Amino acid sequence: MTGFVRRFLYGSLIIWQRDMKRMLRDKHQFYGSFARPVLWLVVLGMGLRPVFKGNGGVDYIQFIFPGIVAMSLIFSAMWSGISIIWDREFGFLKEILVAPIPRTAIVSGKIMGGATQAMVQGSITLVFAPLIGVKISLVGFVSLIGIMMIISLALSSMGIALASRIYSYEGFGTISNFVIMPLFFLSGAVYPVQTLPSWLKVIVSVNPVTYGVDLMRGAVLGTFQFSIFLDLVYITGFGVVMGMLAVVLFRRY
Amino acid sequence: MIQVEHLTKKFDDVVAVNDISFVVKEGQSFGFLGPNGAGKTTTIRILTTLLPPTSGKARIAGLDVTKASDRVREKIGIIFQDPSLDERLTAYDNLYFHAALYRVPRREIRSRIDKALAMVELLTSRHKVVKTFSGGMKRRLEIARGFLHMPRVLFLDEPTIGLDPQTRKVIWEYINELKRDFGVTLFLTTHYMEEADDSDRVGIIHQGAIVSLDSPERLKRKMGGAQIVLPSKDENERKLKNLKIAFRTLNDHVYIDVADGSVRDTLNRMIGQSINLDEMIITQPTLEDVFIKLTGTAIREEAAGPMEHLRMVRRVRGKNR
Repeated sequence: MTGFVRRFLYGSLIIWQRDMKRMLRDKHQFYGSFARPVLWLVVLGMGLRPVFKGNGGVDYIQFIFPGIVAMSLIFSAMWSGISIIWDREFGFLKEILVAPIPRTAIVSGKIMGGATQAMVQGSITLVFAPLIGVKISLVGFVSLIGIMMIISLALSSMGIALASRIYSYEGFGTISNFVIMPLFFLSGAVYPVQTLPSWLKVIVSVNPVTYGVDLMRGAVLGTFQFSIFLDLVYITGFGVVMGMLAVVLFRRY
Repeated sequence: MIQVEHLTKKFDDVVAVNDISFVVKEGQSFGFLGPNGAGKTTTIRILTTLLPPTSGKARIAGLDVTKASDRVREKIGIIFQDPSLDERLTAYDNLYFHAALYRVPRREIRSRIDKALAMVELLTSRHKVVKTFSGGMKRRLEIARGFLHMPRVLFLDEPTIGLDPQTRKVIWEYINELKRDFGVTLFLTTHYMEEADDSDRVGIIHQGAIVSLDSPERLKRKMGGAQIVLPSKDENERKLKNLKIAFRTLNDHVYIDVADGSVRDTLNRMIGQSINLDEMIITQPTLEDVFIKLTGTAIREEAAGPMEHLRMVRRVRGKNR
């Protein structure tokens, strides 16, 4: 058993290392990770700011800031799934599949790789906090990093689970957009969800990002919509389920 | 080293591999010869634990490929038919990643990579990104990688497909070096006759079943002796009839089957009748002939019979001038 655990950890580490190497080599991705949050903060923040007034005295840009962080996490964590499809397309997945490491190590290494990338993206977004007047306390910052990690792992697991069953690049693009957009917009990331029609509220309440955004907004602005406990349990539980799903789906080939 | 017993693989109703059995001894090379779609790659995928068989058994180094797949994967190296490199990483990084996956001791990694790269003559390109490599360079890198962790068995699925003849030759030199110097067991699939010719044993696979299994020499010997080919001219045919030599005419060529050891005798008789031998060629049976005889089809259309002979005639004439 300990032999398996060691092989599992070692295998995960190697798979993760490769994703890191690839990430560091890709400079465009790095520039992109600066550009995207700026774009969203400016486009959404500046554009909707006048419409959106009187939310307990919170400025709109500050209100959506945790949402923009969440968006960075969603995009990069979900798109980590694309790396599996990419590997399959270019044949590299075979090289990993015939290597003497457990299948579960491939899945966990890939999940960690996606989550790390998401964390890098999310942290880059955090850099903009002082520029828009968001002040984060040290405690808030530390808990924010922790929350981001949980969200990244959960969403990255979902990306890998999806990619295990989708075999084409285009297919994944379509499906993930179909998943990413509702996850983002129906999470309270960009507008308060209390006024939505009740059927949409149902979607909001099952959306894991809702709870993640609530946690982050709590860490940054100090206001929670749900209890911290519910937030944490829901998002962690979602992550565990997705992680197990990814393992089961990936094992089949 | 490889034992296969009654291996069968079905995809829905299609039988891809049909009850095949064979053994490959340690240090030997085994060539799996057959046209595309005959079941070669499916067999390799089963032997390399990528695909479970429908029925039957396969063992590598005594380990069952379905029950002990993790341990089997430690013993084997594979050079896939399709590219399988990380094109965004450098040659060195690709090999480093592979060495790490196979737990090559950390102290040895660097020297082993350098040695492998030197062998396939890629040492100067070691820090270039693989995307910039030519097809031949990528193939050489894959061969270096396939052997980096010193596998006991090396699987090569169409290792030279799509490469130019010169690169093919170079790659075979590397592969033979591996076999000679390290005693690695080779299992290769190919549809190039010349490549199967170099194997210790050849299994001819057709529509999922092994139709013949023997050394290339013995397979060819079963075909009988040499063949003399002449241009088909009335004069030639008349003279051959006079000599009572049996022949077949096909597409402007006359084919004469000659029993083992009587080529000289036949030629002497033909010279006695002053048959013009300027454009004559003598061919020995090839694995292609064996394949055609056993399956009734040619492996490659362009290699079948007269056209190829014609090409040979041209080549011979070109050399003589």
